[in-house]
Amino acid sequence: MIKIKNISKSFGEKKVLQGINAEFEKGKTNLIIGSSGTGKSVLLKCIVGLITPDEGRVYYDLRNFTEADKDMRSEIRREIGMLFQGGALFDSKNVQENIMFPLDVLTKMTADEKLDRVNDCLKRVGLENINKKRVSEISGGMKKRVGIARAIVNNPNYLFCDEPNSGLDPQTSILIDELIHEITHELDITTIVVTHDMNSVMGIGEKIIFLYQGHKLWEGHHEEITHSGVPELDDFVFANKVMSKMRNSL
Amino acid sequence: MSSFGRYVIFLGSLLVRRESFKTYYKLVLEECIQIGVNSIFLFMLVSTFIGAVTTVQTAFNMVNPLIPRFVISQVVREMTVLELAPTVMALIYAGKIGSSMAGGIGTMRITEQIDALEVMGINSSSYLVLPKIIASMLMYPLLVIFSGVCSLVGGYVVGTAIHLVTPTEFVAGLRFGFNPTEISVALIKGVVFAFLISSISSFKGYFTKGGALEVGIATTEAVTASVIAILLMDYFLVNILLS
Repeated sequence: MIKIKNISKSFGEKKVLQGINAEFEKGKTNLIIGSSGTGKSVLLKCIVGLITPDEGRVYYDLRNFTEADKDMRSEIRREIGMLFQGGALFDSKNVQENIMFPLDVLTKMTADEKLDRVNDCLKRVGLENINKKRVSEISGGMKKRVGIARAIVNNPNYLFCDEPNSGLDPQTSILIDELIHEITHELDITTIVVTHDMNSVMGIGEKIIFLYQGHKLWEGHHEEITHSGVPELDDFVFANKVMSKMRNSL
Repeated sequence: MSSFGRYVIFLGSLLVRRESFKTYYKLVLEECIQIGVNSIFLFMLVSTFIGAVTTVQTAFNMVNPLIPRFVISQVVREMTVLELAPTVMALIYAGKIGSSMAGGIGTMRITEQIDALEVMGINSSSYLVLPKIIASMLMYPLLVIFSGVCSLVGGYVVGTAIHLVTPTEFVAGLRFGFNPTEISVALIKGVVFAFLISSISSFKGYFTKGGALEVGIATTEAVTASVIAILLMDYFLVNILLS
């Protein structure tokens, strides 16, 4: 479980996050949603420690991450897997080396053990026999799946995904969403996904937090989102023409 | 001044939360190949031609028949050992390797690859930059030696081929009044310049913000700052080591 308390962050005069409180549950796919520029990615980066919040604290299973010393932070971070928006795969390495990287640096596994683990993860994300391909030789969807494989290779307790289906076609997006959802349940980990894709929200959102202009306006389950009673959330949810028609027909 | 302060803090960050020796060993070897082996051709080309041109130009200026011809190679040797091999080649090294370091690290920054390292609990600055600095400090002095040899060979070949100086005179000039301390000075310069180029370029790349345009700007700034640092440090080192 990850708990955030009163997180605030400003860049100059601009207040990006204002007093955000939330709990992200273990074994569930937790979603942070909102329009572009509402602070979703900043909040995610505050949670993983890539950005230091001006105020507030982040707890990983009761361990205070924000005020932890460098060793403690490093220890917690080694329990984290993260899928970045652009994949953030290392260009200088091939697919196998990318996935093996956390094992190379963070574990003392033998070469055979590492290779087995890499192949298991590749199989899990539905990619096989692409071990030796360069990152530049694979498609956007494959990069995302390799990114997921790298994120889970070290058996993380916490998985973070920043816009996992941005730039992907609808079918691949659904595949990626389902993959994240399945992995969350299989490994019983705490997963936080930042997205503005309503397909993701309706498909995998077990716990959803809606951000609007730096504030948390709503939280709940995807089944509750269409009748939240929050006008800003309604505007967001029904911005899509299909969803809008659906609302009108209700 | 704030940039210099950040640079010093950045250097300090390279030494904390390091990975295992084995990790760095592999990375340093990879960087040595990237930095050293891949620079050999350029260094050979530039040094050989500068050595050849220096020989021709020195001979052109030796109009007094009372000055023995071996002075030509003596001048070439002094210029090569003290300035060409360590300093002029450092400017070329900054252009080739410094820009590559800044561009590579800058691209990693804007594509979130550095964030990915941090999230894994790895000290990204230490992991990415320390091997580059160590490899530079190991390889650049070797390139200085190689460059010096190429320059003298270039001078010898051209000088003797167009009969500016005989082979015996050229070798005599190289040996006449030779002070081995000059080699030490060149190597010390090499180590210091390598440190400056690799650390400044990595620093500029590491703190890149924005997109492709900013990576280009960081690369240009890295080369400019490195060149200024080399020239200033050259002046101080010459004053300290040769006074």
